Amino acid sequence: MNTEILGVILIYIAAVVLAIPLGKYIAKVFAGEKSWLDPILSPLEKFFFRFSGIDASKEMSWKQSLAALLTINVIWFLISMAVLMNMSWLPLNPDGNPSMSADLAFNTTVSFVSNTNLQHYSGESGVSYFGQLLLMLFQFISAGTGIAICGVVFIAMKERTADMLGNFYNLLVKSCTRILLPLSIVLATILIFRGTPMTFNGKDTMISMQGDTMQVSTGPAAAMVAIKQLGTNGGGYFGANSAVPLENPDYLTNILENISIILIPIALVFALGFFLNRKKLSWMVFGVMTAGFILLVIPTIHYEMGGNPAIEKMGITQPLGSMEGKEVRFGPAASALWEITTTVTSNGSVNSMHDSSMPLSGMNAMLGMMVNAFYGGVGVGFLNFYIFIIIAVFISGLMVGRTPEFLGKKIEAREMKIAMIVFLLHPLLVLTGTAIASHLTAHDTPMGWWFSGNASGWLNNPGYHGFSEMLYEYTSSSANNGSGFEGLGDANPFWNITCGIVMLLARFLPIIGPVAIAGLLAAKKYIPESAGTLKADTATFGLMVFAVIAVLVGLSFFPALALGPIAEHFTLFK
Amino acid sequence: MKTNILPGIKLTLLLIIFFMGVYTFIILGIAQLGPNHGKGFMVEADGKTYYENIAQDFSDDKYFWSRPSAVNYNAAGSGGSNKGPSNPDYLATVQVRIDSFLVHNPDIRKEDIPSDLVTASGSGQDPNISIQGALVQVSRIAKASNISPDNLKALVNQNIEKPLLGLFGTEKINVLKLNIALSHFK
Repeated sequence: MNTEILGVILIYIAAVVLAIPLGKYIAKVFAGEKSWLDPILSPLEKFFFRFSGIDASKEMSWKQSLAALLTINVIWFLISMAVLMNMSWLPLNPDGNPSMSADLAFNTTVSFVSNTNLQHYSGESGVSYFGQLLLMLFQFISAGTGIAICGVVFIAMKERTADMLGNFYNLLVKSCTRILLPLSIVLATILIFRGTPMTFNGKDTMISMQGDTMQVSTGPAAAMVAIKQLGTNGGGYFGANSAVPLENPDYLTNILENISIILIPIALVFALGFFLNRKKLSWMVFGVMTAGFILLVIPTIHYEMGGNPAIEKMGITQPLGSMEGKEVRFGPAASALWEITTTVTSNGSVNSMHDSSMPLSGMNAMLGMMVNAFYGGVGVGFLNFYIFIIIAVFISGLMVGRTPEFLGKKIEAREMKIAMIVFLLHPLLVLTGTAIASHLTAHDTPMGWWFSGNASGWLNNPGYHGFSEMLYEYTSSSANNGSGFEGLGDANPFWNITCGIVMLLARFLPIIGPVAIAGLLAAKKYIPESAGTLKADTATFGLMVFAVIAVLVGLSFFPALALGPIAEHFTLFK
Repeated sequence: MKTNILPGIKLTLLLIIFFMGVYTFIILGIAQLGPNHGKGFMVEADGKTYYENIAQDFSDDKYFWSRPSAVNYNAAGSGGSNKGPSNPDYLATVQVRIDSFLVHNPDIRKEDIPSDLVTASGSGQDPNISIQGALVQVSRIAKASNISPDNLKALVNQNIEKPLLGLFGTEKINVLKLNIALSHFK
């Protein structure tokens, strides 16, 4: 079989095989059980809590957990703004990079606090080493926030009738120290030995074979690359992210980084089964997610390996496939797999330029973000899926004429309203943003302070593809993904501020909503299973959830996709 | 809200110290055991040191050329062209690259040019080309360097990097290493 295809299969199978034991381990962490890391980590965590004046054993209600989450995120926001706007004179700036303007700092701060990692700056020239390390901190703690709040929802689903749902701070710290930290150390170590730099010496100079003087950006990259993949962050150390040879040196690192992208999101699905002791429920969720993922990944690999018909017409050969924006050491198949894994999870790191992908590959990447729950971001991916489950339970209930119940709890009007608001928020943000930007582009409006020049100047490509660039940017922001059709001229107040607002709303409302639903359900009376109970852990119900996702996402986004990637596809493949 | 402010600030302070500081130092410590103390892989040849994984601009006819770079081989600012597959300007650029390649390689038929030689990489620093991408340059280099095409083909074949374990990924050639081997050819 083709070695490129074999590589792709290896990555996926290895990720699932590793995710099952990791899921078991995460369930233990959530349950507070002992592990072999206790001797090192227990004293450290105890010190964290004692110094901070936190009683980690004190249980919190869902409202108290949310209050703690939002408060600490406000603190992180303020610290990040302060650092990013003052990097030029702070320490660890050997390359003399400048501080950020207020609008760029706002965008970057929201982006990293919200686990999005949309980057409107370029790593080599836009941040100091101190800034990079601060952003790396957020890659840990924003991922930890997602895992912790997912833990709160798991606890809510476990308890028969309960008001108190674990301790948020406890889950936050342990998600960082016990899940993200050990895996990051392992990955960073392998990356170093495969050639990713980890140094504090500034730019290096080398003379090329032809005698040109070249500047080479290096820095503490390995530490950041590891957590960027594991925490579904995606914010690269270098501008072109994991396409850069120093960030992703060879095929082996590509395998490991790609496994890391989907590892924890898949592991959390299995953690649910181990934690609730309902393994069949995990398999239902995993099955639906995997079906969606495979439906996106296969056509993408097909189109990328098939090559660009417009280039074929010029009379040259495309033995590898479509190579614009791709690296020879990965090839189109591994690039296509990465493109889908990074968008179905909210990772957003790239090893090829999505802007140069075939039109339907770009569409599949957008669909991954529009669903945002085929594995999804660490923690929050399951929260998004939970919303689809609630809607599917409700519709199933209506179909058979019974009060909808999920895991022994009645789903009533209040929960449904929250679920629908959370679902509708995503298309609302994406389509409103795209509509405004398209309107400005179509009228070529002079933008004044917001953008230097007229609005159409921010596009790197004309026609349908230009529309796709804007649609992708808001989809990525609202899905807290962070990848981009990077041709878009986005380093200006218009895109910084509008995307910043979208990322902010799209991070916190979809956390508040599911936690509120889970908390409200947890407090309700438990209804024992009977013959008429809807069984959530069956293939039939899985199909129902899949249909709900397909119908809701299709109805919301199909018109926009038809105007962008689908129209471009039919002009290219005549 | 108020009860969370002080613990939040203190906890954040510790998280900063631990994840910005301690974690970084752990990885930095490990890096001291890594290739060139964490600088990555280097290649030394004829008294010069090169980064093994970073593409160089080879434009002389006597060298194997790298793939086109959207950032002009700037290793201090990576990037791709981000041109869409149907963009007419982009397609015109590719056509110019094909024409220019044919001018420098008059013995080559157009249908033998592989697309990786006329499309820009994602990073602008792609150190590799495909095997066909190297073989198609052989007749030009033979003329410019007085090495026979057969010897050059053998040199290319010696420099093929096989897929991982022979099973996974692409076959490729590191242009820098091939050119170093070429410059030492006797």
